[in-house]
Amino acid sequence: MPVDLEKILRPVDNPMPPFPAKHMKVASGEEMVIRQVTRDEIPSILPHVAPLVWVERDFYDVVAARVYAELLAFYAHRMQDEYVLVAQIDGELCAVVNGRMVNKDVGMSLHTLAMRRGLRIGAHAFAAKMEYHMDILGQKEVLIVAESPIGFRRWMIEYNLEKRFDIAHELGGVPSWALTKELFDRARDTLVVGRRPVPDELLAKAAAAILPPSDPPTPPEDLLAATRARYDPTGTALVLQRWKQEGKV
Amino acid sequence: MTVRDVYVIGVGITSFTRLEYPLSEIAAYPAMMAMKDAGTRDIDHLYVANMGGGRVNHQTGLASAVVDTLSLTPAGAETIENGPASGGSAVKTGYMAVASGLHDTVMVTGAERMREVNNLEATDFVATLTHPLAEHIYGVTLPSLAAMFTRLYMEKYGVTERHLAMVAVKNQNAALRNEFAHLQQEISIDGILDSPEAMTNNPYVAELLRFFDCCPVSDGGACVILASEEVAGKVDRPLVRLAGVGQASDTHAVHEREDPTDLLAVRRAAAMAFERAGLTPADVDVAELHDAFTILEIVESEECGFFPKGEGHLALERGETALGGKLPINVSGGLKGRGHPVGATGVAQAYEIVHQLRGEAGERQVDGARVGFTCNFGGFGNNVVCLVFKREN
Repeated sequence: MPVDLEKILRPVDNPMPPFPAKHMKVASGEEMVIRQVTRDEIPSILPHVAPLVWVERDFYDVVAARVYAELLAFYAHRMQDEYVLVAQIDGELCAVVNGRMVNKDVGMSLHTLAMRRGLRIGAHAFAAKMEYHMDILGQKEVLIVAESPIGFRRWMIEYNLEKRFDIAHELGGVPSWALTKELFDRARDTLVVGRRPVPDELLAKAAAAILPPSDPPTPPEDLLAATRARYDPTGTALVLQRWKQEGKV
Repeated sequence: MTVRDVYVIGVGITSFTRLEYPLSEIAAYPAMMAMKDAGTRDIDHLYVANMGGGRVNHQTGLASAVVDTLSLTPAGAETIENGPASGGSAVKTGYMAVASGLHDTVMVTGAERMREVNNLEATDFVATLTHPLAEHIYGVTLPSLAAMFTRLYMEKYGVTERHLAMVAVKNQNAALRNEFAHLQQEISIDGILDSPEAMTNNPYVAELLRFFDCCPVSDGGACVILASEEVAGKVDRPLVRLAGVGQASDTHAVHEREDPTDLLAVRRAAAMAFERAGLTPADVDVAELHDAFTILEIVESEECGFFPKGEGHLALERGETALGGKLPINVSGGLKGRGHPVGATGVAQAYEIVHQLRGEAGERQVDGARVGFTCNFGGFGNNVVCLVFKREN
């Protein structure tokens, strides 16, 4: 009898209830939709994540590399109980967040990758995935870590997360923090926003196409400039780089 | 005593953002731009404005590093620290050096690298300028002082949170027209005040001040080169004269003031600058005010004499302080939109005004600007420097 190896390699089929899309107004006054994407939509997200692997600031490189791998694993059926949410403004991809169920009571927050900055888009997307774990999946707590100081401020401090340092998080094995149902309920009024249902037209526009970010974080022109500057007391390398970026030479 | 006229012959600036260069290079880069702008490297003396190099960047004696980085030795060089008014103080000191005849050409460059530390440390660093025994020891920070001030001002003069949001939107969106500005995201009243999500988008930092009422923590540098009339006459640039300087102080602790809603140092410094320039507030075409918190733009616009006390917010409502209005204020984005690398801010304000008076400000140009004004607000109004600039040809 032939062995279906692919079936063995794939995660156990465990349907998860869908995240009901929501919308909100961000600080710019634009309407943002947060919705769950299907496996089929992953190929249209990957090209917008890939360039961020080369952005050597605020840990975009580490986060983007991991998100890329997680999205790919989701697409290729190599991750158990993963879900992916996206935030879009006029179809434009503004943030990707993902996570997974460890078991029926515990969730594992994976990543929050904001592609437009300064409007609290990442924070809104993170709140949406916590809402998914707590309100839709009915879990008791979510294990969280932060790769960047910005994430630490946004999650550990703003939500006042509890320590679960005895549990190694799936992201690098570092000590976990936890958002409990009680903490989430406390944060609900101030940090978790959004309206449902999403007007049909808004949702249709978001679902029609995942458009590229209009102003994504970009890598420095010369990744080694800072290093070179140590041996270049006049700072010429840096000044030239800056002038290039500003189109002055 | 004879005072010589002083002109601005060159200007330069860096992007205000997070800059991963050493502090001395943040100071040197705009200086190189300014020397290129002026077409000269003949500098007699260098003043470097900086507030936190020793504390935040582990670098003291910054001027010595900068003068060498620029290969301007053996020119004299010194660092000037006067809190967030360091930039204005350095420009004023440069003015004195040229006006007195001590030097013919001086460079004033301001620089700060605050984002080397996290926001909590940066906030604490700035809070060190408060009274150590009457304020800082109790956990006072600049946002908390500004919030208490805001509450008093609202009660007394009828300013509302909507007025603060109007300043935030005006200045942050103005920054979109400034390629060097820190904040490059458009915001709207709907998004930060009116929508159901506004309280989350724009939470209170220190009630009644919200997130978008506060300037960002920035790195950046700016430079102006000041020169005598004789030197300026040889430079092929529009002639902008630093026509008046004024500086005044007030009690260190805010609560010791008879009426904390009166920013007397601003009033006095502005009056002094106008008197020295032989001009009045009515002559000003464009102003850069120190809007580290949105309330400050409203109050300074009154204390500097542009609007009657308690009516700055009404002028704002009428659109008089927007680009195209009667007196455009902070068309660069101000501290709120351009950013606030504390030691560089006063110099950056001068940079903007010189650009405006030269007619080189592009999309944010104030038509026909001939007289410009800056207010650099140190401490919480306890050390203020005001400057008046005039286009001469």
